[in-house]
Amino acid sequence: MIRVENLVKKYGNTVASNRLNCRFEQGKVTVILGGSGSGKSTLLRQITGLERPDSGSIYFDGMDLTLASKKKLYVKRKKMGMLFQGSALFNYLNIFENIAFPLREHTKIAESVIKTIVTMKLEMVGLRGTEKLMPSQLSGGMMKRVGLARAIVMDPKIIFYDEPTSGLDPISTGVIGKLIMDLNSKLNITSVVVSHDIKSSFRIADKIIILFYGDIIAEGSVDEIRNSEDLRVKQFINGEPEGPIPFNRTDKNYLDELLMEQE
Amino acid sequence: MSFDIPALIGRSTLNRIQVLGQSTIFLVIAFIQAFLPPFRFIRLLKEIEFIGSRSILIVAVTGLFTGMVLGLQGYHTLTQFGAEALLGSAVALSIIRELGPVLCALMVTGRAGSAIAAQIGIMKITDQFPALEMMAIDPVKYVISPKIIAGIISLPLLTAVFDVIGIMGGYLVGVKLLGVNEGAYFGKMVSAVTFTDIYGGILKSLSFGLLIAWIPSYMGFMAEPTTEGVSTATTNAVVLTSLSILIVDYILTSLLL
Repeated sequence: MIRVENLVKKYGNTVASNRLNCRFEQGKVTVILGGSGSGKSTLLRQITGLERPDSGSIYFDGMDLTLASKKKLYVKRKKMGMLFQGSALFNYLNIFENIAFPLREHTKIAESVIKTIVTMKLEMVGLRGTEKLMPSQLSGGMMKRVGLARAIVMDPKIIFYDEPTSGLDPISTGVIGKLIMDLNSKLNITSVVVSHDIKSSFRIADKIIILFYGDIIAEGSVDEIRNSEDLRVKQFINGEPEGPIPFNRTDKNYLDELLMEQE
Repeated sequence: MSFDIPALIGRSTLNRIQVLGQSTIFLVIAFIQAFLPPFRFIRLLKEIEFIGSRSILIVAVTGLFTGMVLGLQGYHTLTQFGAEALLGSAVALSIIRELGPVLCALMVTGRAGSAIAAQIGIMKITDQFPALEMMAIDPVKYVISPKIIAGIISLPLLTAVFDVIGIMGGYLVGVKLLGVNEGAYFGKMVSAVTFTDIYGGILKSLSFGLLIAWIPSYMGFMAEPTTEGVSTATTNAVVLTSLSILIVDYILTSLLL
């Protein structure tokens, strides 16, 4: 479905993507795991065409997105759905209009059919009855579910999830995880999830990619990752404060810096 | 850090020129996009409602009091020369040529310009622009273009409202309160105001309409994606738009005279 080849993206001296190669298989849930600053969101933004890489290729359905014109990119985008970290609902439209928005913009479907489709999508995320509410009246978890309903309203072939469970309570996390798996199994939708939530990722993933400062340090099934011998992977999935992945951002010696202050 | 003054001046000059260039490209793209299909008339009407209709009350009140003050001041100055019959033309000319377009634009900047910058800034920090992108909708065409066109359409109409109410305000104070002859008030006005005055006023309000939609949109679009960034963008939008209106007003006046 998506093939990434030799992807490079730099911000100043920071390398966000360091010659990345990976694949996202049709009908599978692939989770990109990594800590803050690992380059996982940047990878997602490049795959979706929101950002252009410095070099490398991204093949989506056989077309190189990095070379595509805006028009061709927009054609492909109609097959993509995306759930944003903050849901990105339109704050001036109510829930019904938010979900109906892509239909109104891209199709000439009759109002009664739009109503049926929106009701079906809301039922899928368990939020029928909220049509008239504004996004600000919903909780974070409910907003994510509305965002998901909007992402699937055009029946996309692939859905991207940017931190779908961050900031949610355990039950909402479970609900979102189940929705991702349901969409994947019932509609055969390809899913790409960016996350740092190990527990829910292990539950939903067919394949896991772990990023570390722009490099892929591990790639494989949940069991392969769980049994990995790589110390960095072990530290990350167990959430240990001590290990090869430094917590501090500076290379300066702590004692030296303290003593310098004294002088 | 060394204090290399020429380098500092150079860097800030380059920055400013870059912003100028970027904002011009931003405007040109938004303007061209407005005339390419698909057209969104409902979006345009909603923006006209937001920038135009909702500004009518504030513009009317400003116009009324401006006209009344002009009537009062004009009367007391003109009676010293026994020329109070000229009050009508004095009020009408100052409003149609200068005060109508400028005060109306400044009021709309305060009301709608700040709201445009805040609204676009909030859309930015909540990822609504990439969300539009992901739905295969051009954010500039969808959000910015209708605002630019709505600004250009609304301001001349608002200015016309301001002008009429302002002249009526002058009439209320001059004729009804201070006893200037009614026939003289309107008669002198009709003979003094030429088409060039009205045309100049319309030209000014068209340009101000563009500024009111353009500068706040750009500031909001380029805001730092933080809450602080949005509030800074809103403040800067109002300050910059107001200053630009006054500067453009001087330039246009000097060209028109």
